[in-house]
Amino acid sequence: MTRDEIVIAIKDIIATIAPDEEVGSLAMDVRLRDQIELDSMDFLDIVMELRKRYGVQVPEEDYMQLATLQGCVDYLGPKLESKSLVLTALKG
Amino acid sequence: MRELPRVVITGIGLASPNGDSLAQYRANLLAGKSGVVPYTIRHVGETYAGVCNFDPLRYQTRKEARRGTRAGGISIWCANESLKDAGIDIATRDRSRVGVYIGITEHGNVETENQIHEVAQYNFDLSFWSHHHNPRTVANNPAGEVTLSLGISGPAYCLGGACAAGNLGLIQGMQMLQLGIVDLALGGGVSESIHTFGIFASFRSQGALARHDDAAKASRPFDRDRNGIVVSEGGCLYTLERLDDALARGAKIYGEVRGYFVNSDASDFVLPSSKGQQACIRGALAHARLAPEEIDIVNTHATSTKQGDEVECEAIRSVFTGAPTRVNNTKSYIGHTMGAAGALELAGNLPSFDDGLVHPTINVDNLDPACALDGLVLNEPVRPARKIDRILNMSFGMLGINSAVIVERFRN
Repeated sequence: MTRDEIVIAIKDIIATIAPDEEVGSLAMDVRLRDQIELDSMDFLDIVMELRKRYGVQVPEEDYMQLATLQGCVDYLGPKLESKSLVLTALKG
Repeated sequence: MRELPRVVITGIGLASPNGDSLAQYRANLLAGKSGVVPYTIRHVGETYAGVCNFDPLRYQTRKEARRGTRAGGISIWCANESLKDAGIDIATRDRSRVGVYIGITEHGNVETENQIHEVAQYNFDLSFWSHHHNPRTVANNPAGEVTLSLGISGPAYCLGGACAAGNLGLIQGMQMLQLGIVDLALGGGVSESIHTFGIFASFRSQGALARHDDAAKASRPFDRDRNGIVVSEGGCLYTLERLDDALARGAKIYGEVRGYFVNSDASDFVLPSSKGQQACIRGALAHARLAPEEIDIVNTHATSTKQGDEVECEAIRSVFTGAPTRVNNTKSYIGHTMGAAGALELAGNLPSFDDGLVHPTINVDNLDPACALDGLVLNEPVRPARKIDRILNMSFGMLGINSAVIVERFRN
């Protein structure tokens, strides 16, 4: 996956767990929780989806790295570069 | 004993396999229209079920529906519809004085099966077990989801009463109003059971899962060739108020809950007892201070099993022989809505106070002589000469729990 694809991958996961939110216009550097309604259970859903879709394990001490989209790209980049993009919510 | 306040029904919200509103449901009961359809569920394969078609997104966001359970979604639908029907804007009420009491046959099987199915795909690595499992499977989940939906902060919980549970929710609501603990109660029952293969598989193992070439005819209590239960989902929540409160706000009153009774057979895990059922019916009559001949309609619990229907008919015969009482059944249309059955089946009969008709039990091609009761209304509605003033609703469940509720036409 390229960095752009990683952004799409994260947005697709968010669109899956928060289907009422508009993910297209999410800013890269603003905390996700300040842009859309996401609580701690949703955050655990994001971690679960990363595990299911890409086999990526995010240890609890690294959760803060996923606070913004840019943080997600930086943190997940090396873990996802060999993986293929999986789309569910944003398909088509 | 001190006279307790009178309690009345002022709103009805329901989800039935053959209707999402009381008007639609009643019309289909009078038209003989079934809600049972072909249904496929994992491991069991093709079978039949009663499936609800209400719009879950009318009162929930997509995220709320995704996070919650089917039983929670049905409960939220019923609660919102019930209050709307009652003409109550919950935001204008002291919501700490509102209670929610929901009867359930079981809860948590659906989510547990789903999670086991999920982790099986990952070789039982439990890091794939959902953090949603516990909040979805706790026994108060359906009632709790209603409180979240409506901002209700009063006492809200579920009552586990097997298939007698729908009546229990109504009874609990009435008691909490009479005790003065709440000023408004939502009471009834729900079921999400069609989403757990275990319920179907267990009935099948017991030889009690309905089979027939035609889905609409699979559930046929009292028919000679009946062969088991059709599992269904559904829900019904009543808005209950003390009579004085209902009158003060000029509420529409569907009826007064005149009496009830709950008892236990103490005889078997599964098999019903005519003796226990008779005691329950007589208990409800005594509680309501009524004689059998004063009951106009008995809505039977009969689930379309060989033994269950016979045992219940024996109990009814022992109490109502010689009375002008009409007897009917709702599961013949919608299958067995489990925890919702008691509440939902009573709701289908309440319009009788206004339209003067008794809906029949359908699908009886050959009446089983063991089920030939005086007053059994078969296949077509009847209009009794006498005005319909009182309905007795029966619901029984495994481990020998019996419940009966009597609702009377409101008279001040």
